[in-house]
Amino acid sequence: MDAPAAHLWLIPALPLLAAGLGSVTPRSGRRFAAGVAIAALLGSLVLSLLALHRALADPAAHLTCNFAWFDLGTGAMRLGWLLDPLNALMGVMVSGVGLLIFIFSLGYMDTDENFTRFFCFLSLFAAAMLGVVMANSLLLLFISWELVGLASYLLIGFWFQKPAAAAAAKKAFITTRIGDLGLLLGLVWLYNSTGSLLLYDGGHGVLEGRVLGALATPALAGGWAASTGISLLIFCGAAGKSGQFPLHVWLPDAMEGPTPVSALIHAATMVAAGVFLIARVYPLVAADQALAAAPVHALTVVAGIGALTALLGAVIAVAQNDLKRVLAYSTVSQLGYMMLALGVGSWVAAIFHLLAHACFKALLFLASGSVIHATHHEQDIRRLGGLRGRMRTTFATFAVGMMALAGVPFLFSGFWSKEAILHAAAAWDVSRLPLYVGLTAVVLTAFYMTRLLCEVFGGAPRSPAADHARESPPVMTVPLLVLAAGAIAFGFLGTPAWPWLQSQLTGAEVPRRSLLEGGGLMAGSIVLVATGLGAGWALYGRRPRAAGAAPDPLAAAAPGLFAFLGAGMRIDALYAATVGRLNRGGAVLADFLDRRVWGGAVGSLGRLGELAGRAYGGVDRRGLNAGFDAVGGRIRGAGRAYSRAQTGEAHGYLRALAIAFVVLAGLILLGGGR
Amino acid sequence: MNPLSLCLTFSSLLFAVGLAGALARNNSILVLLGLELMLNAANLNFIAFWRFGPASAPATGVIFAIFSIAVTAAETAVGLALVIALYRHQRGIRLSEATRLKG
Repeated sequence: MDAPAAHLWLIPALPLLAAGLGSVTPRSGRRFAAGVAIAALLGSLVLSLLALHRALADPAAHLTCNFAWFDLGTGAMRLGWLLDPLNALMGVMVSGVGLLIFIFSLGYMDTDENFTRFFCFLSLFAAAMLGVVMANSLLLLFISWELVGLASYLLIGFWFQKPAAAAAAKKAFITTRIGDLGLLLGLVWLYNSTGSLLLYDGGHGVLEGRVLGALATPALAGGWAASTGISLLIFCGAAGKSGQFPLHVWLPDAMEGPTPVSALIHAATMVAAGVFLIARVYPLVAADQALAAAPVHALTVVAGIGALTALLGAVIAVAQNDLKRVLAYSTVSQLGYMMLALGVGSWVAAIFHLLAHACFKALLFLASGSVIHATHHEQDIRRLGGLRGRMRTTFATFAVGMMALAGVPFLFSGFWSKEAILHAAAAWDVSRLPLYVGLTAVVLTAFYMTRLLCEVFGGAPRSPAADHARESPPVMTVPLLVLAAGAIAFGFLGTPAWPWLQSQLTGAEVPRRSLLEGGGLMAGSIVLVATGLGAGWALYGRRPRAAGAAPDPLAAAAPGLFAFLGAGMRIDALYAATVGRLNRGGAVLADFLDRRVWGGAVGSLGRLGELAGRAYGGVDRRGLNAGFDAVGGRIRGAGRAYSRAQTGEAHGYLRALAIAFVVLAGLILLGGGR
Repeated sequence: MNPLSLCLTFSSLLFAVGLAGALARNNSILVLLGLELMLNAANLNFIAFWRFGPASAPATGVIFAIFSIAVTAAETAVGLALVIALYRHQRGIRLSEATRLKG
């Protein structure tokens, strides 16, 4: 047990305490609820920075603090906290971005009557997410993971009066639960194989050499290793949380929640949890790489799903008309990038992109929140426009975020992290496909972000709400400025020329490379970014949309395809037609079985019993009862007749006695005494 | 006419007198008297058959009679108690009025 790790529990505990306090605060205690939440997260941020400082002092070490939760037979179920550069950086990111979003929420949720509840849920979410990050036990991680899902459900459905929000909350909860089932099965399998769920445990943890070696033998049928199966099951959970195809459908719908929630959960932190999980258990996922004969490597699946998701998200984002849905699909696409990076073996690049993305995507969401707040919840980009002059700070910060996401060269963090991923993909020797997919997504990302920027901020206002928009208050713009600074500065922590982040994460010195090394790929991607930006400008910037009802240039060119993409490639409809219909069919069948077959059988049994009862009743009434009644009647009649003899007169009795005596004596005498 | 027949005739008369008394009287004490007469007739028969009948063990008849008298005494005590109870209930001892046990 290491002393610095022994205090890590405070990092998730502080927001949890704030959530507890918030839950008992009356609705009128707005200042108190917000103050407690922000103070607690500030405390977590300070502690995370201290932890980061400690972790960076010895980047290669994994400091742990394990403890027994409960005894289990001869052993004990053990939980623990972990401190290394990976989760210290994640902790700083979650609490730092979270803090800015909390502050932004002060302004955004200002007029909402359930302000205290909102901050209570936000604190719960922060606590759960920090728990995921700091856990050294997969069980503790899973518990926090589910709490994150719960907080997400509560926050997406925060405006549960809206049917769409309630449906989106349910959808998110159920869809991620499908993935979580896989994760749980993976954990059970892992525990069954190793008897431990601790990540690092002084040589006995599941990520340490001895256990990994045992897991990565081709023990199953067909040359599969247990680690491949476990990794794929864990990846199910990660895919659900991180919106990977085919479980990405909940993420765009989750935009029904308040915009700070979208920024916090569905862009910066929670959806990154899946990527973080795979990076966390990367040694386990990569363990089967040593088996050349394995039919499929877990990382190959991760890379394939990641590439597919990156492309899918980018293509669909092109045709969205809702401000937040564009960003949501871009999040799906960027998460695909991260998975792709993990799959091609560069978890460092994935984490670099995760941290950079958290910064600029939170910025983009908060800036769009600022727009939505200013235009009284107008989210349709066709009805916005002309906000450049009306909301200067928001425009400038949104532009920074947009350029970071599009990967505009050299100045913005998104460029460097995306380059790292592309270089990793280029170096992958299994397939070139992820590289080509990544390059295609680069063009599309630059294109749809330019489209978004031009539609929202360029041209003339196309609705009264956009016309009357005014800049948001400082409580909302200051977090934007901080995040914009982060979106620019963060990239310089991980450039090839000074790979500080990479060497800290791996715990080993990463050699510096010149920018010219692999310059061909970089030049190619710069050209692609320029192409995307240019195409976006040509279609949407040069001649801004004149009226809200005017058709989109792309829709005019290919209306069918545009509508297809606008509906998210009809994946929702596909699910409704397949899984949904199957489910409905099963329900109808079960209903039929229940109502007709089983119900009929039970009903006819009942009727049979009733019939038998009636027959018995008739026999009872007519046969038995009548017989007994008749006998009873006779006895009663006889009794009545006899009772007539009982006159109650002693003389009468005596007389009868005497007559009987005389008759008897007479008979004896006449019989002669014989 | 031998002594046995005489005795039996006498006891028969005595029984008849007792029976007539018991049947004819309405006063329950007099009915009890009639009953006593009939019992005494029976006792007389015991003695007569012992004295004049075939030879038998000494004193058999007397012992029988004494038993009978003892039982009769007990019976009379019960009878008198009934009469007192009757009196308490209906302020009189007329048997014709004591018809509560009518079925």
